[in-house]
Amino acid sequence: MLKVNNIDVFYGNIHALKDVSIEVKESEIVTLIGANGAGKSTLLKTLSGLLKPKSGTISYLSQQINGKQAQSIVKSGISHVPEGRRVFSNMTVEENLELGAYLRKDRDSIKKDIANVYELFPILGERRKQQSGTLSGGEQQMLAMGRALMAKPKLLLLDEPSMGLAPLIVKQIFEIIQMVNQQGTTVLLVEQNANMALSIADRAYVIETGKIVLSGTAKELQESEQVKAAYLGAL
Amino acid sequence: MEWIQQLVNGISVGSIYALIALGYTMVYGIIKLINFAHGDVFMLGAFIGFFAITRWDVGFLPALIISMVLCAIIGVIIERVAYKRLRSATRIAALITAIGVSFLIEYTMIFFRGASPEAYPEVLPNTSIDIFGVSISSKSILILVVTIILMILLQFIVHKTKIGKAMRAVSLDADAARLMGINVDNTISATFAIGSALAGAAGVIFGAYYTRIEPLMGVLPGLKAFIAAVLGGIGNIPGAMVGGLVLGVVETVVSAFGFSLWRDAAAFIILILILILKPSGLFGKNTREKV
Repeated sequence: MLKVNNIDVFYGNIHALKDVSIEVKESEIVTLIGANGAGKSTLLKTLSGLLKPKSGTISYLSQQINGKQAQSIVKSGISHVPEGRRVFSNMTVEENLELGAYLRKDRDSIKKDIANVYELFPILGERRKQQSGTLSGGEQQMLAMGRALMAKPKLLLLDEPSMGLAPLIVKQIFEIIQMVNQQGTTVLLVEQNANMALSIADRAYVIETGKIVLSGTAKELQESEQVKAAYLGAL
Repeated sequence: MEWIQQLVNGISVGSIYALIALGYTMVYGIIKLINFAHGDVFMLGAFIGFFAITRWDVGFLPALIISMVLCAIIGVIIERVAYKRLRSATRIAALITAIGVSFLIEYTMIFFRGASPEAYPEVLPNTSIDIFGVSISSKSILILVVTIILMILLQFIVHKTKIGKAMRAVSLDADAARLMGINVDNTISATFAIGSALAGAAGVIFGAYYTRIEPLMGVLPGLKAFIAAVLGGIGNIPGAMVGGLVLGVVETVVSAFGFSLWRDAAAFIILILILILKPSGLFGKNTREKV
């Protein structure tokens, strides 16, 4: 479904991604784990068109999307839940969800999809008229995910959904990620919480200082000594 | 009952400031630029209205609409030509460019038609209306009504329409807005168009009210509208409306007490006070990031 071939991405002079290649197949959950500053968010931003790769190609549903504008990438079915949620704080929960459906014109089914999001995240339904800046971190994460789902994505990019959240909330969010995946959305999940990410993923990549250093099925990586030492801690 | 008349006068002047201030605050909200050329768009609006009325012989409302449309186009051209390429430049570079655009507009105008003032034709009925023993000029009331309609229209656009929601989203977080599929460049252009249209309307209203327009007329009202925007909390739309009205009323009150020479000073004293006491403005708020 998504194929990233040897991309290099620069932030000014900083070589943030070096010759990175990954693949995501239809209906998988693929996770990308790595430490702070390894280039995880950079990769997602490149996929969603916020950054342009200097070289290499990105193909999605057998179309080249590298260098395309963010809006046409959203239109083609890739939604990106950015790191730190980035909800529109001065707007209500419902307005945030409506913005998620910005490129859609089918008003009736937008209404239905908002109702679906409230079903998936009942707390958002309760707070629909509340400004999203007043929500708790976990609720904002749910809103950011709900907002991304409003675009009806085929591929959902999630950037550290567990960041700064209590373990119980993280568990809840991960259950919802699995549920969304079972309903037919492919997921690319970027995480520092390797334990949680590997427990729900099919396959995984490990990224270090801009390079993919390991890849395999989630199970293989869970058992790999290298990953255990670096990311899973002594359990 | 004279104070009621003064209050109405103050609100009329204030509503002109408010209309200009809205453009300042909207543009600042979306690209963090103080568009100092905005006062000159107001001036162009006044002249466009003047030409529409004198050459094409139209009434006040058609002139207002023609001026709004043309100013919207001018605003978008200014943004596309001068500011767009500076989007990732330092803010001071963009600010200096804005001042440059301001001079360019002023002196191009003077180059082509000279600096002499022009007398606006009487396009509004000028009678006094008695309400509870207070006589209020019909001009003031008409201006107030037109301003209120434009403000309601703006609130509707910003809160209920798709482009309005996109504008708010871009001003809150441009990258997140991109991820929603919002075309940020077009949204910024739309903001300039709407802000400049309001300045154009203010120009025609100003001309009809004060009857005297000239190429440098945008400088002082532009600065005062900027003060109004800061007073209300720059980036905040209701703040700009309230800021404009407050400024207009304060100025009128200062004049009414016989200190009309101090009128302009009063505006700048307000600016200094607000910057010392509450730099975020009356309605400005600091939102914190939640983790």
